[in-house]
Amino acid sequence: MLAAGCGSNQSITSPVTDPAREIDTLWWAMFAAGMVIFAVVLGLLVLAFVRRRRDDERPETERRAYAVILGGGMVAPVVLLAVLFAFVIRVMPAVSAPKPGSTDLTVEVIGHQWYWEVRYPGTDAVTANEIHLPAHTPVRIVARTADVIHSFWVPRLNRKIDMIPGRSNSIELDVPRTGIYRGQCSEFCGLGHAQMAFEVIVQPPGAFRSWLDHEEQPAATPASGTAAAGQQEFAAASCGDCHAIRGTSAAGHIGPDLTHIGSRNTLAALTIPNTPGDLMQWISNPQGWKPGSRMPGFASLPLSARRALVAYLESLR
Amino acid sequence: MAVESPAPAAAERIGRLDRIWAERPGLSGWITTTDHKRIALLYLATSLAFFAAGGTEALVMRTQLAQPNEHVVGPATYDQLMTMHGVTMIFFFVIPLSIGAFGNYLVPLMIGSRDMAFPRMNALSFWLYLGSGLLVYSSLALGMAPDAGWFNYVPLASRRFSPGLGIDFYALGLILNGVSSTAAAANFLVTIAKLRAPGMSLNRMPLFCYAILATSFSLIFALPPLTADLVFLELDRKLGFKFFDVAHGGDPVLWQHLFWIFGHPEVYIIVLPAFGIATSIIPTFTRRTMVAFPLVAVAELLVAFIGFGVWVHHMFATGLPQMTMVFFAAASLIIVIPSGIQIFAWCMTMVTGRPEFKTPLLFIVGFIVFFVFGGLSGITLAAVPFDQQVTDTYYVVAHFHYVIWGAAVFPLLGGLYYWFPKVTGRMYHERLGQATFWLVFAGTNLTFFPMHIAGMLGMPRRVWTYPSGLDWSAENLVSTIGAFLLTAGLLGMLANLVMSAYTGAPAGPNPFGGATLEWATTSPPPPYNFAVIPRVTSAYASWDDDDRADDRRRLESGELVLETGHETTASTPVDGHLDDVLHMPSESPWPFVLGIAATLGTAFVLTDHYLIAAATAALAAAVLVLWHAGEPAAA
Repeated sequence: MLAAGCGSNQSITSPVTDPAREIDTLWWAMFAAGMVIFAVVLGLLVLAFVRRRRDDERPETERRAYAVILGGGMVAPVVLLAVLFAFVIRVMPAVSAPKPGSTDLTVEVIGHQWYWEVRYPGTDAVTANEIHLPAHTPVRIVARTADVIHSFWVPRLNRKIDMIPGRSNSIELDVPRTGIYRGQCSEFCGLGHAQMAFEVIVQPPGAFRSWLDHEEQPAATPASGTAAAGQQEFAAASCGDCHAIRGTSAAGHIGPDLTHIGSRNTLAALTIPNTPGDLMQWISNPQGWKPGSRMPGFASLPLSARRALVAYLESLR
Repeated sequence: MAVESPAPAAAERIGRLDRIWAERPGLSGWITTTDHKRIALLYLATSLAFFAAGGTEALVMRTQLAQPNEHVVGPATYDQLMTMHGVTMIFFFVIPLSIGAFGNYLVPLMIGSRDMAFPRMNALSFWLYLGSGLLVYSSLALGMAPDAGWFNYVPLASRRFSPGLGIDFYALGLILNGVSSTAAAANFLVTIAKLRAPGMSLNRMPLFCYAILATSFSLIFALPPLTADLVFLELDRKLGFKFFDVAHGGDPVLWQHLFWIFGHPEVYIIVLPAFGIATSIIPTFTRRTMVAFPLVAVAELLVAFIGFGVWVHHMFATGLPQMTMVFFAAASLIIVIPSGIQIFAWCMTMVTGRPEFKTPLLFIVGFIVFFVFGGLSGITLAAVPFDQQVTDTYYVVAHFHYVIWGAAVFPLLGGLYYWFPKVTGRMYHERLGQATFWLVFAGTNLTFFPMHIAGMLGMPRRVWTYPSGLDWSAENLVSTIGAFLLTAGLLGMLANLVMSAYTGAPAGPNPFGGATLEWATTSPPPPYNFAVIPRVTSAYASWDDDDRADDRRRLESGELVLETGHETTASTPVDGHLDDVLHMPSESPWPFVLGIAATLGTAFVLTDHYLIAAATAALAAAVLVLWHAGEPAAA
């Protein structure tokens, strides 16, 4: 039944990396041993039921019962737990925090209520809710928070690390397969907790390098047309108080960086797909899609202004 | 049955006891009572009312989660429901039911005493509990319930991120609740140490009392860290202190440490009385003594002790040093051993006895199944890397509901059936009882088993909604169906008990052949519990026919009847030698008044009326003086 979950892109039991696989192996070992122990206890209960009407009264049963209690409650657990403990100690280094400088690439992920800010130290690249990584490359993820406690978790790639004010936690992601892996906040962080997901997009190293080069660039200024009008609407509606678009005067830090928003797959931390239609709905009524979102609704702007905004934002590729 | 048809001399003594121990009738009798049995019934009714509230909250949440992208409630409501559900079930349902109701009713009866050591403090414990519960629930009525989850992590619960009064209701309500629990625990410690019947040395004390003893010790040591944590939080929120504020040298992880230093022992506080109930029911229905009695007694105490050394396994994802995690993983594994000993002792008692699977024993069998299953999933959470995967997912929700609902509450349900004849004097309906057991058992598995799978598939806990396409839908739908099935079973059980209270067959003093002293008196017991203080020569006092015949003889001769005053006996703490005759306080309105004053004072602190709060505190102090004014001088 559990194995059937392999289809889910957030399943612990469909690991992609070595650390996730080691944890998965640990799980199935514990599961198998646990089922045997469970069966033993169920067996005793069944035995009690089957023998409920017998009337032999043997004096040695008391001593035998003591032996079962000490054997099953003390000796067997000591042996099994020692084995488990050794197993745990062996797996722990595989999922431990990498030392600073132990990898060529470091990615900073900063939790916000309720989205993920992603930075690539040493470059100007800043994005949100999508973590692009090169395949076959050890990457050190450093997780911090801008407000409350969040937890960074991509089950198919590695264990979770909490993002706690005043601290940073790190983990190594070394993904052998290209693909998109879903992650989600796993420490309760308020109204938007359920809608705070992200994607890890693992690309061939070359493709990743060109993505990063492009991501570093400031936003292109639209020459004319609706998109250019949209840029003016963006300034007029004070969107830049909360959002940053590098290369423009917009430098807010409350919502996600929008420099290359047009190239992202989803909006609002994986809440809705990133299409012009969805973006229009999002701008008009963010609370309808993600209750509690810090983004105010702009339904009061004229439709033409919102259309221009959408055209501008979608042009930021 | 001589108690029911006593000889003339005995009848006269009983008449005198009836007059001495009579309490005033009607509602005012319930308000002023110091009878541990009536206080237990107050706890029972109140905790069941809160159980209904917490259960309703759960059903609304399960309805919201039945399908992906549902909109039964939004996150603002959901977060309040989820927080109130956790707080209610732990602080206002399970602990008051297990310790307040079962402990209060049974401990004095089982040890052959006429009341708790401090009857008025016992009443105060109840009124403070009721006050704290009403205070916290008033927030829900006002639409400003706490919404940061039952473990209320900062900085989410700080004033900056939770500006309303919700978190203050939580913090101040739980401080008040902690006072109630501390008073109750101290009362049990002294009662168990000093008020045991003559002859009841520690090795003859029923295992249920060992469980309550261990629980009380745990409460005394576990509550101060929680209270400190809550006081720090309120100082931060109300007066601008910086205990948890990183920008000013505080640390949010401090909250987590203090919370879980309380929070993990709390799990054993919840589950230990259940162990005690299991070890009461099993001997009765297997017609034999517990196998390995001393081992089980020591195991109960060890569980409570080791429970204080495992709290960090709630924090494996916070980035603690590896050595710290290894230590706490080891401690978390070691606690399996005393639990394992008890499981095998229960099983072997059934295997070597002649078990009669009546409703109470069925609930204990269900308890063993759930406890083993939840214990095994608990072991996996001590395995650090696996815990770091599944912590804060539905796997954990599944685990602790198997333990807290399956293991801790099932024996309480079994106990409700088991002691129902003692409390009401009437039998419950056995067939219906067994039917409701199977409904509740199936409902529990249907509700909580699929949550393991949802968690393994990556579903985080505390989400008010989830998208489709992640294979979580079937598991959640089954859980929701299970929750309603479980509710149906519980309603069936309620109907059985309520109807049987009026129409059940008369039970007599000991309908099941129970072994402990509560079965040696009438059903329901008289206000003074025993017409004569029993003498005890084994841990299975009600099976010692000679001793009980001796009680009846002593009632006629007047030895240890204590019919001249409101009195009970005290014994030496270890050997149980008769030590003293204690004059016991009688009914009083002051615990109730002090309970109101304390609750109002807390409410005034909550609303920033510090002067009025101080005035209320002065009123409470005056009440304490009056409390003792009416007391006859100690002999």
